[in-house]
Amino acid sequence: MPFLEIESLQKSFGAQTVVHHFEMTIDQGEFITFLGPSGCGKTTILRMIAGFEIPSAGIIRIDGKDVTRFRPNQRNVGMVFQSYALFPNLTVAGNIGFALKVAKRSTAEIKSRVEEMLHLIKLPHLADRYPRQLSGGQQQRVALARALAGRPKVLLLDEPLSALDAKIRVSLRSEIRALQRQLGITSIFVTHDQEEALSISDRIVVLSEGRTAQIGTPFEIYNFPNNRFVASFIGTLSLLPALVVDARNGRLSVDGQDVVTNRPLNGAAVGDAVTVALRPEAITLQPQSENRNNLDAVVEEVGFLGSVIRIRARLNDAVLSLDMFNNPNQPPPELGARVALSFSQDDLLVLDAAVAAA
Amino acid sequence: MKSSRLGAWVALAIGAIYFLVPLIGTFEFSLRMRRDQYSFDAYAIVFADPRFQATLGYSVMMAILTIIVGIALVVPTAYWIELRMPKARPLVEFITLLPLVIPAIVIVFGYLHLYNSSSFLPFTANERSTDVLLVCSYVTLSLPYMYRSVDTGLRAVDVRTLTEAAESLGAGWTTILFKVIFPNVRSGILSGAFLTFAVVVGEFTMASLLDRPAFGPYLQLVGANRAYEPSALAIIAFIVTWASMGLIQIFARAPKGATAAADRTT
Amino acid sequence: MALSAQTGVAVAPGAPSSILDRISWSWLGLAPFMIFAILFLIAPTAILMIGAFQDSAGHFTLVNIQNLFQPSVLDAYWISIEISAASSLLGAAIGFLLAWAVVKGALPGWIRPTVLTFSGVASNFAGVPLAFAFLATLGRVGLVTILLRTFTGFDLYSTGFNILSFWGLTLTYLYFQIPLMVLILAPALDGLRTEWREACDSLGGTAWHYWRDIALPVLWPSVFGAALLLFANAFGAVATAYALTGSSLDIVPIVLYAQIRGDVLHDQNLGYALALGMIIITGVSNAGYIWLRGRAERGRA
Ligand SMILES: Nc1ncnc2c1ncn2[C@@H]1O[C@H](COP(=O)(O)OP(=O)(O)OP(=O)(O)O)[C@@H](O)[C@H]1O
Ligand SMILES: [Mg+2]
Repeated sequence: MPFLEIESLQKSFGAQTVVHHFEMTIDQGEFITFLGPSGCGKTTILRMIAGFEIPSAGIIRIDGKDVTRFRPNQRNVGMVFQSYALFPNLTVAGNIGFALKVAKRSTAEIKSRVEEMLHLIKLPHLADRYPRQLSGGQQQRVALARALAGRPKVLLLDEPLSALDAKIRVSLRSEIRALQRQLGITSIFVTHDQEEALSISDRIVVLSEGRTAQIGTPFEIYNFPNNRFVASFIGTLSLLPALVVDARNGRLSVDGQDVVTNRPLNGAAVGDAVTVALRPEAITLQPQSENRNNLDAVVEEVGFLGSVIRIRARLNDAVLSLDMFNNPNQPPPELGARVALSFSQDDLLVLDAAVAAA
Repeated sequence: MKSSRLGAWVALAIGAIYFLVPLIGTFEFSLRMRRDQYSFDAYAIVFADPRFQATLGYSVMMAILTIIVGIALVVPTAYWIELRMPKARPLVEFITLLPLVIPAIVIVFGYLHLYNSSSFLPFTANERSTDVLLVCSYVTLSLPYMYRSVDTGLRAVDVRTLTEAAESLGAGWTTILFKVIFPNVRSGILSGAFLTFAVVVGEFTMASLLDRPAFGPYLQLVGANRAYEPSALAIIAFIVTWASMGLIQIFARAPKGATAAADRTT
Repeated sequence: MALSAQTGVAVAPGAPSSILDRISWSWLGLAPFMIFAILFLIAPTAILMIGAFQDSAGHFTLVNIQNLFQPSVLDAYWISIEISAASSLLGAAIGFLLAWAVVKGALPGWIRPTVLTFSGVASNFAGVPLAFAFLATLGRVGLVTILLRTFTGFDLYSTGFNILSFWGLTLTYLYFQIPLMVLILAPALDGLRTEWREACDSLGGTAWHYWRDIALPVLWPSVFGAALLLFANAFGAVATAYALTGSSLDIVPIVLYAQIRGDVLHDQNLGYALALGMIIITGVSNAGYIWLRGRAERGRA
């Protein structure tokens, strides 16, 4: 039985509807990420789950109980804010123990729970510091401990890492994930950083303008995007115009050259114009055996990124990006060189035929 | 949510009544000069009174002098501290706060004791030098807000870099002060100036005890002897205060981002 | 200091300037301000403080301080303190509510700038005109007094109320105390972040927990500090009280005013002691304000 159920959730501010018919079920212990561009409604959905916004329509159930009309303090939902929001007048221990103190637990219980939490976040010696005496990363870990101390049923994190610098962001996100696994707490994590979402989630919800664009595992979202929005929002993608030559066998014409795709054509018929997409890492420069596509192109730009070299290659009326691993024995191609781009028939995505045809 | 909003409206309404009723009352009273009808007679009498014109003119003059002397004293000092003497900041800030601590009446008491006609600096010996003393006393009174508004402005524009940039372009120090620093703290200076104006024009204690024919003592005198004119004068004084504050709002708004940022950091 | 700066000028050209010279040069830039402050702020105050410990012949004595404790002077201090305390406590409480309503009350957007601008005006609308305004409103023939009598038959003055009395003066002082409180407190309330309320809520806390454990502990230095500033503000005020009550209410500033005008105490040096007492009281409350403000700012950082 699902642990957190959200049924046709809707939210309007005045005339503007910012969340449309949001539907989702989350299992106990799952780590879900909401991903989407700024203003797409991630925070709004999260705040409805926490109880800070009242939905215009829809139902939220936690552990089988309808909490849609509950006040935030009756829901037992932990929240971690982007700005930490630690209480400045309380010490680290005071902050972490707040939920227990409010629940009138015994001093001894609070003390031992606070210590336990401090160990979990690896800051055992900072109990008596005030928030202003901590670094941003430490503050956010304390905020996490504070949210978890009262053993909430669901943990909500609204861009908890975006105020931190890149290095801490990466290490703290795996720490959060490890802690979440250890405690088995159902969590929703909001971010607009796709790498973050891909690296830590059980499932990702991609949102666009208040609607769900796709829900799936990182693997599914990355490799099998449902639509153009998801495909272009996640990772780098080269988009090429193409014509359907043979719908049954997936034969297409790109730039006057023949290619074949094993991916579904989404109902496109012979003669339809479609958009096809390729990930940079799917393309290699070695012309290879059968069952692969080859496209002739001219090297337009070579960017050395370290372990990876990103090359932009031009067809007549389109540009493709491709990545090759750096290899000291094999220098990258010269600018202007003619190259053959090779990619698997499985890697050629066909996107929304109707839109491209219009 | 709803109830706290209602509470806010109630608080605001009560506040509005408390603050507006005396103004309405004063205005109504100022119109009562004729027995059976409202009239502006009180205002006519006030405006026609030569002492009104003389004392108001005198106080405006004092206010302008105060502002000029105050700017000449505070801006270079604040600039110098920002640029060369950051370690003197606590001391100077402390001094500029003293006029809030020491009541005006105490300061003027000290003047009368220290600068009487038989002292080493007989400021009170004649009228002109007493005027000088009065201006200096007003500058002293205005130090807290004058210094604070200028200092906030200076901190917001990163004086050191500006100065170095100007120096590297070959500017001398007068050019730097007048062409670079003053324009950048203009809104701060102006806010301080209008506040000074509002306070000085109606100031009573200093002027009265130094025995100068200023607007404040005149108001007091009229109040003690007349019935309706004081209300008219109160309305006029209120309008002057409003005008000064309105001008502060206009000028303080100019470089919004800069002052907001500065307020945040202090 | 000025002297060593002079020598610095003479040596500076050519010769590699020593650290000493550079220090004196830097101080020289502050000389005008320092001289001004000494002449018009520090020396006049200092001379009174010294005078408070001297007899008329200039010898050291504690008699003046002792004389402060005679009943008439003590009464003046006491009533001053009472009026200042009443007007600052009421001003702080009402100003707090008003500032709260304006900053956190979710009122329409135009309210806040309007109220803050008006507060800027009202907090500076002190002195003689303010006294006139309250006389015209709550005096024996003031608008409110008459309206009350005409429409409700209620005679304000039959209750013992008098605008020239303790409560009259307090009510008048509130006209600049409340707006001052609003001005000081608005930024502090801005510093109270909505996330704290939300965090408290999500941790199971109620409004009561929020106020007791977070909002009030965060705010109290600002509120209490502001109240101290209001106290000093009222304690040193002369003009309003003088214009309103003449010399019918013996508060310290009025007694001192009369003393300066005509030596009503018949003792110059007792006058100095009176001034010293004022400085101590306003000084202590201002020091408290500055200390608490620093605390509040550090807490917010
Ligand atoms: N209280 C509110 N009143 C009116 N509109 C609001 C309110 N809160 C959010 N919105 C609007 O709802 C939309 C979604 O906002 P939301 O904060 O959920 O976006 P988000 O996905 O979290 O964006 P970001 O990544 O920038 O945080 C935005 O268009 C925003 O302007
Ligand atoms: Mg958001």
